[in-house]
Amino acid sequence: MASVALEYFPATVSPVTVSSVLDPETRAWIDDLRAGREEAVERLHALLVRGARYELGRRRSQLAALRIHDVDDLAVQTADDACIAVLKRLEDFRGESRFTTWVYKFAILQASTAVRRLAWRGRELPQEDETWERLHAPGGPELAAERNELLDEVRDAIRDRLTPHQRRVLLALAVDGVPIDVLAERLSTTRNALYKTLHDARRTLRGAVTERGTT
Amino acid sequence: MNDLLGRLLGPAEPQLDCDECFAHLDRYVELELAGEDADTAVVGMHAHLEGCPACAEEHESLLELAGGLRR
Repeated sequence: MASVALEYFPATVSPVTVSSVLDPETRAWIDDLRAGREEAVERLHALLVRGARYELGRRRSQLAALRIHDVDDLAVQTADDACIAVLKRLEDFRGESRFTTWVYKFAILQASTAVRRLAWRGRELPQEDETWERLHAPGGPELAAERNELLDEVRDAIRDRLTPHQRRVLLALAVDGVPIDVLAERLSTTRNALYKTLHDARRTLRGAVTERGTT
Repeated sequence: MNDLLGRLLGPAEPQLDCDECFAHLDRYVELELAGEDADTAVVGMHAHLEGCPACAEEHESLLELAGGLRR
């Protein structure tokens, strides 16, 4: 497999100008927010609260410890953060979607991140040796022999080919199921930086098993 | 990509990173809702969503929320 095929690949984006594609509703949103109209910011915030409530509602089972009004407070808090992010990045909006869809993604990001962090609040990250034990547990009858063999080779490559940081990130994300936002917070880094580390680790593992002729 | 080996090895295809995914998520979702070929229009999104559970969850939510607005 050519290494270039595993590199990050920039999205294909058609060059569009905002003014050429905006529908009247979206144009009104942009004009009002650029003008700093307080009423528009209030409407934006209300939209973000709606998006955040929707996301928190979808994840209600992960918020069992919170009372209803705490969930609503969380929706407002995450909408506050999303509102700041939207206003800061207003000039990035290229009109490639409806304004409301663009706005909702900020609310969903903030709310989903908050839920993941709350769900892991007070929990320690698993120790690497515990994770290794789980990784070496027998696969069980449902795992075919060739899959077990491949897993052995992947384990060897994790041990021998990855840097300590790559190993830590890969094991936490792929084996322990630590959410990437939670790991980013604990390691004082960003989600994007961690995903790049995960991507590099996976590429190394795939290269290792390909070298051995397993795949 | 739910099994252990899948999570360890990840998708082999070229893919976006999380920041790029976020930047193009709204456009990708609207193309999906319009029944257009979102994967051709935003190359690398599908593989990223396979390899990143957090972005995949957010994609699913936005698809539902934006889709609900259209109904």
